[in-house]
Amino acid sequence: MTDKEQYKIHTEPYYQAQGKEVQLYEAAYRNRLPVMVKGPTGCGKSRFVEYMAWKLNKPLITVACNEDMTASDLVGRYLLEANGTRWLDGPLTVAARIGAICYLDEIVEARQDTTVVIHPLTDHRRTLPLDKKGELIHAHPDFQLVISYNPGYQSLMKDLKQSTKQRFTAFDFDYPDATLETTILAKETGLDEATAGKLVKIGQTARNLKGHGLDEGISTRLLVYAATLIKDGVEPMDACRMALVRPITDDADIRETLDHAIDATFA
Amino acid sequence: MPMTNAETAYQHPLMQAYWAQLDTRFKQVEDVFEDVMAEALAILTREDIHHYLDAARVIGKLGRGVEPLLVFLEEWPSVAKAIGDEAALPEVMAFVMKMQKSPNGKAITPFLQTLAPVARRLHSRELMGHYLEIALDMMERTTGSIHGHHTTFPSPGLPDFFTQAPFLLSQLSLAGLKNWVEYGIRNYRTHPERQKDYFTVQSADSRAVLQRERHGTLFMDVERKLDLYLRGLWRESEQLVPYSTAFDELRKPVPYFDKLGMRIPDVYDDAGQISGLDRYRATLAHMVGHRRWTEAQIADNWSPFQRMAVEFFEDCRVETLLCREYPGLRRIFLALHPKPAADACDPETTSCLRHRMAMLSRALLDPDHGYRDADLLDFVARFHALMAEGTSSTKDIAALALSYVAKTRRQSDQLAKIHFADTVVDYRDDNRQMWKFIEEGDEEEAFDAKRKLEPGEELKGLPPRHYPEWDYKSLTYRPDWVSVYEALHPKGNPADIDRLLEKHGALAKRLKRILDLLKPQDKIRIRYQEEGSELDLDVAIRSLIDFKGGANPDPRINMSHRTDGRNIAVMLLLDLSESLNEKASGSEQTILELSQEAVSLLAWAVEQLGDPFAIAGFHSNTRHDVRYLHIKGYGERWGDEPKGRLAAMQAGWSTRMGAAMRHAGHYLEARKADKKLMLILTDGQPSDVDTHDEQLLIEDTRQAVKELDRDGIFTYCISLDPKADEYVSGIFGRQYTVIDNIQRLPEKLPELFLALTK
Ligand SMILES: Nc1ncnc2c1ncn2[C@@H]1O[C@H](COP(=O)(O)OP(=O)(O)OP(=O)(O)O)[C@@H](O)[C@H]1O
Ligand SMILES: [Mg+2]
Repeated sequence: MTDKEQYKIHTEPYYQAQGKEVQLYEAAYRNRLPVMVKGPTGCGKSRFVEYMAWKLNKPLITVACNEDMTASDLVGRYLLEANGTRWLDGPLTVAARIGAICYLDEIVEARQDTTVVIHPLTDHRRTLPLDKKGELIHAHPDFQLVISYNPGYQSLMKDLKQSTKQRFTAFDFDYPDATLETTILAKETGLDEATAGKLVKIGQTARNLKGHGLDEGISTRLLVYAATLIKDGVEPMDACRMALVRPITDDADIRETLDHAIDATFA
Repeated sequence: MPMTNAETAYQHPLMQAYWAQLDTRFKQVEDVFEDVMAEALAILTREDIHHYLDAARVIGKLGRGVEPLLVFLEEWPSVAKAIGDEAALPEVMAFVMKMQKSPNGKAITPFLQTLAPVARRLHSRELMGHYLEIALDMMERTTGSIHGHHTTFPSPGLPDFFTQAPFLLSQLSLAGLKNWVEYGIRNYRTHPERQKDYFTVQSADSRAVLQRERHGTLFMDVERKLDLYLRGLWRESEQLVPYSTAFDELRKPVPYFDKLGMRIPDVYDDAGQISGLDRYRATLAHMVGHRRWTEAQIADNWSPFQRMAVEFFEDCRVETLLCREYPGLRRIFLALHPKPAADACDPETTSCLRHRMAMLSRALLDPDHGYRDADLLDFVARFHALMAEGTSSTKDIAALALSYVAKTRRQSDQLAKIHFADTVVDYRDDNRQMWKFIEEGDEEEAFDAKRKLEPGEELKGLPPRHYPEWDYKSLTYRPDWVSVYEALHPKGNPADIDRLLEKHGALAKRLKRILDLLKPQDKIRIRYQEEGSELDLDVAIRSLIDFKGGANPDPRINMSHRTDGRNIAVMLLLDLSESLNEKASGSEQTILELSQEAVSLLAWAVEQLGDPFAIAGFHSNTRHDVRYLHIKGYGERWGDEPKGRLAAMQAGWSTRMGAAMRHAGHYLEARKADKKLMLILTDGQPSDVDTHDEQLLIEDTRQAVKELDRDGIFTYCISLDPKADEYVSGIFGRQYTVIDNIQRLPEKLPELFLALTK
């Protein structure tokens, strides 16, 4: 039997609640309802799930999805061994057996024929058929499925099927408001609140330009990067250009505007 | 002509009425009327449509042929859209009539031709008015003034001036343009030849003056940056409307804002270390400050002095608040704000109120102001104390301003001689929004109940697209020169095409073998598959070794194939000009028939390969009427619909190739493909009935090839013209084939395609 403990989170991750999400998640978990967290990149989705796993004291198994992923990568496969073959459980199977929270990050990246293997786990059956092995697993009572996705990437090619979407309860995340985000930067990196507030301000400048040449604004994650660099002694204006502006755009007019905002804010 | 209706019976009752209103007999207008109206109706209001048609009727009856009318019909909606104000039409028409009544009627067409690009640069009705003033001034001063002659001559430079106007305005502010024109008039009023050289920007001094006048940051060059600035830093999305400072000699215009937007100069020179762009930003930020924090005050009870003081204080309040948002603004404000010397004004002889206020304003913003006046220091302290409590308010700051005026009042403030030097803060607006006047009563919102065409009322046909044409003589583009109309090609019987394909059964079989050879090569092998179509021997052996060595073997020992490796989007552009109706030499078939066969085979072959593929034809009847006919779209399969259209293919008119290629290019550009190929099948050189200089359209096509190349589109010409060697390499470089034996076209074309894309 796999060791549950290795998947447990032992120290409390820092998570700043934006609303009632913590209580609502607890309710979903009490009833073992599958959860979907939606939101733009770097807004705290993964952090939230980590925090909930810690709070509920349940193991957490995270799978970063990608388009080359096959169903076997989730469920498990046979390996060749000296005296025959041996079955190796995939992360989803492990989670179902030990009663972990299984977090499929960026689920839209996976191909649709891969995504469907989670279906039987998400309804009242709570089962997972291992076709190749000829086994039907009944999920451990503690098992829960969580998926995340970024609706911003939505395209014809990359969207969840309705039949998948309709199996989840959902949380809509967005970048936190200025006060919260400032607190997050300060707590996460130890940067002073005043400087953190300036970073947030630049973040919002970029978010105002979404749809006018920017597909996504500056994420909380990038702001954390900038704060980390400043905390390490990097000049604030350099840190901002490096962590906030250069990664998100090559549009010269937008760069110039954001650079101006940085100068105007940190002068 | 095959593609147009002979009768003038418009289906839509509205169209009938519009056609009647235009009251013209020009056939060329009739050909494009419906399409032109589709564009006009999408832009103009119902009421404006009537003014538009009235104006068009007048232009059609000037006795200057069809050109000015066509140009006006095509260009005016774009003009109205660019300056967002239909009311400019009477001014434009008045100017047209002035040209008509002077000997300058020939300049009407060039004037109308460049009006839309000019409007796009100028952006406001006010600036358009100034442009007309410059043109009128030039016309009046250069017309008929040659020594010793009684007859009046037309202005030699005027038509050229209009032709150059879009270029000039891309380089100069209106003030710069005015100076440039002025120089030309002054020096060459009586030298027709040299005047022409000057206004075509040929002569050395013409270029030198252009350089001299070219300075500062033009609004039109930074418009997007300013837009992003407002949006990003201030969450505002105001319309920006430029004005020119060159035309109001007495009272220089000052920035302001009202319901229609923020008014700012059309050019800012750098001021010291502050760039023109930052001056724009300071101006916009200041207005944003008022919009956020200023509450209009009732002006009636206060004297002009008191109001001036309130304005200075309030300006400083909003700027203080702005600097709280973005501390970096202070550096810019202070660099632009005057710093009057404390002793610059003599209160014995001069009214020093402005001087005192400007110093105070400086001191309120600049911690290092260095002034020592006790009253000034006292009020600076009181201002900061007020501001320390929060944002304060216009009302509270006005009270402070009034007590400052009372405290510092001097008899001499009333003197007529006012000290102005160093007291103007030029990034600040005129504060008209700060005052309410009880007397006048509130302005009523002008409610415009005008409406555009309802969606349900849509007319048939797509609006034309305007393309530039390259003028090799002046090395410039003529903006919006050509109008391209697109439509679905009429449909015939698809069975005709199937018969053609059968006729070439043997050839098809041969091609099929080539195709089959091509196909497997473009398969991509996908390795590391747990389940695949074949064993991947390399990986399998590696796994076996791992296995023998006791390590976990990789189970992904299979591979499979994917066939979508070819990623080429293809556009076949067919020249459908009149000459296609001729018999191919040594053949009973016309070139058109042979082309149909060749295209059918090619389409069939490409379909086998699965490349996205489109077919379109084109021909032209002057620059006003280039027709672009869809035969097969990318989304369509090679089935009955496109076959039917190919079967109905007919030839007529001329070959304005550059415009058609640009239009086809914009479809190809929209495709997501690694490689983009445009094949052009033609039987002659680019030409059109309105272009007498043969070289012109050849050079334009060459330019179009360059543009497409820059956009990542590979062009390739298949020419059926035996004389093509004389020009085709000039246009297409090495990317062409001349097919001498046209009878072999049906086999040559697909072969050529396959060779090109192998
Ligand atoms: N509410 C929050 N409390 C604490 N930290 C946060 C919060 N929101 C964001 N962060 C910070 O932002 C970083 C990025 O968040 P996270 O990795 O959870 O983003 P995500 O939404 O999962 O992004 P992606 O979609 O790109 O995976 C975290 O590492 C953390 O530093
Ligand atoms: Mg994440």
